[in-house]
Amino acid sequence: MELIKNVPCPFCGTLCDDIICKVENNEIVGTMNACRIGHSKFMHHKDATLYKKPMIRKANGELVEVEIDEAIEKAVEILVNAKRPILYGWSSVSCEADEVGVELAEELKALIDNTATVCHGPSLLAVHDTGYPVCTLGEVKNRADVIIYWACNPMHAHPRHMSRHYFSRGYFRERGRPDRTLIVVDPRESDTAKLADIHLQVEPGKDYELLDAIRAAMKGHKILYENVAGVPRDLIYQAVELLKSAQFGNLFFGMGITQTSAKNRNIDAGICAIEELNEYGGKFTLIPMRGHYNVNGFNHVCTWTTGYPFCVDFATGYPRYNPGETGTNDLLQNKEADAMFVIGADPGAHFPQRALQRMVEIPVIAIEPHRTPTTELADIIIPPAQIGISSEGTAYRMDGVCFTMKKIIDSDLLSDKEILKRMLERVKEIHASESKMESVKEVTSPAK
Amino acid sequence: MIKGTGDMMSKIILTPKEQPQVPLEVDTILPDTLAGKTIDEIKSMNILYGNTEVELQEFFDVEGESGEDPSELQIEFNGDVYNTKRIGQGMTTGEIVVKGNASMYVGAKMKGGKITVEGDVAGWAGQNMQGGEIVVMGNAGDYLGSAYRGDWRGMSGGKITVHGNAGREIAEYMLGGKIHIIGNVKMLPGIHMNGGILIIDGNVISRTGGEMKGGTIIVNGRIGEFLPGFEYLGVRKDIDVDGEVMQGLFYKFRGDFATKGADGVVYTATAKNAHIVP
Ligand code: SF4
Repeated sequence: MELIKNVPCPFCGTLCDDIICKVENNEIVGTMNACRIGHSKFMHHKDATLYKKPMIRKANGELVEVEIDEAIEKAVEILVNAKRPILYGWSSVSCEADEVGVELAEELKALIDNTATVCHGPSLLAVHDTGYPVCTLGEVKNRADVIIYWACNPMHAHPRHMSRHYFSRGYFRERGRPDRTLIVVDPRESDTAKLADIHLQVEPGKDYELLDAIRAAMKGHKILYENVAGVPRDLIYQAVELLKSAQFGNLFFGMGITQTSAKNRNIDAGICAIEELNEYGGKFTLIPMRGHYNVNGFNHVCTWTTGYPFCVDFATGYPRYNPGETGTNDLLQNKEADAMFVIGADPGAHFPQRALQRMVEIPVIAIEPHRTPTTELADIIIPPAQIGISSEGTAYRMDGVCFTMKKIIDSDLLSDKEILKRMLERVKEIHASESKMESVKEVTSPAK
Repeated sequence: MIKGTGDMMSKIILTPKEQPQVPLEVDTILPDTLAGKTIDEIKSMNILYGNTEVELQEFFDVEGESGEDPSELQIEFNGDVYNTKRIGQGMTTGEIVVKGNASMYVGAKMKGGKITVEGDVAGWAGQNMQGGEIVVMGNAGDYLGSAYRGDWRGMSGGKITVHGNAGREIAEYMLGGKIHIIGNVKMLPGIHMNGGILIIDGNVISRTGGEMKGGTIIVNGRIGEFLPGFEYLGVRKDIDVDGEVMQGLFYKFRGDFATKGADGVVYTATAKNAHIVP
């Protein structure tokens, strides 16, 4: 048995990079340090189906195994003939694959979008308006004396997040947890909230009101009402005093605030609050609790290639951007989309009913190693070698620090990037021959 | 009869054939660009259909007569164009009438002229509008009179009137001009507003004037829930709004003090709003 050390975990945005994989006969037989979710990603859940060959769905609904060339040819044919294709997902693949994906979207005049559209998309909108005072998880661990978890529950969703960055000892926080104050804002008494020194039990969907009160109080204004969003005014004043006296504070925030009620305006107000807290002597930063291990990576790649982080529409040939109009869900729910390509995400499990209805109506191509709700809707399934397990690539942690994902075992399958590259080449060939035909037509047609 | 429609005006009538599922974009079809063109030339002008360009005549029958002067030209969309975007985007003069519903970005970046939509408009109508007038007889979607994503300079001039209801985040980052909603409004009207006037005759769900720094919002209906970052200044009678007197009793608030240097004003009719006074 071989032990492979310092392996980054290809599951959640915490991207723990201290996993040890036990490998025997080209199979991962055990892990050390990983949480249970990470462990099962490496080991494969025993009831999960892993695809071994590409498949195409026949007219009777049956999936039939085909060779990779045929699957790619068919997928390309669908996308080239679509008027409003969507290329969606990109969060559980490498940045290198994302980069090819953006080029493919441009070549197809398609819309490219990632899972941020249903998680931290509103945070990205707020970042355009107000900026992004971010730091690294290492800084939080070494410096933070006040940590806020707002509308997220890392004890369950990012299981090693608190042990690595809150309970752990840091350079300036030698005792670890006793040197830190924990504020949790959550309507529920979650397992994270149970650990809090101050739990602000905000009414569901009232985060904007609470932030408005906090920001006004910070500047010395009286809060207009005695009770805001279910939190007594005096408790808000108390929390504000604590925040203002922090040496180094960090806000972690999750989907309970990005996807409820005021959405991007919650985050807008939250970011402004953090920026303003830097005026009282301490330092304040924030980090969004990203879900997929490389959801952040796609947003980076997409921004440095197109200028926009997600929801990028290439219909005109150049990138355009307006979530609400150019989001995957917008196109699906308005029934605009006429073909969908999914990679590194599971919209079948996460999208609302109306979007799924459209996915049923149009051709769906899934690049997906496992059987998922999305592959149940797919017409073509191409399994790739998995990044971080059987192929290499770069991923960005939730704080924007990049890691090289390791190849632990060999696979016969192509990596996501190779599949995409082949598709891109084929699309370019088709477009080149189409434009040749056009110019021949122009030369041979009689003058008007 | 619509004001400005005199006998002098030349008129191009675009009668929609079936609206496709994949939207059209017609920002090329403005009085500014149609003036001086023959009907045949107009028929073969390009519009966007999904990711391809097609000729206008593929989706519209084109009739009427153009003129040399764009300010004397009216374009009529003679039917429901619910899946046609960017009607009147960037127009500077003349008139557009839509005899049905219209999709997103009606009159976005508009500088002058007038647009009347007899049905509903989808989101972002009047986005970054600088001048001219938009009248919507039906309802308006979200982000009416707002800013482009990430822009902190929204609508700066002109007037928008909506006879029905409007959606979320209307008048976002508004700088100047006037918006008048006769019906109800969803949450966050006047978010980040920095100037201009927003009048809402109906009710607002919540968060009126969130993070506003300037400008005036008047709500004649009921505000469901109000923000704690405002300061209550008392009752005012017959208020003066941009030279016009609005009669009645109003609660006056100033804020939103969540934002630094805030000096926005919100008036709400006293009749239905005692519950938001501290
Ligand atoms: S916390 Fe996340 S990254 Fe760390 S081991 Fe668990 S699933 Fe993997």
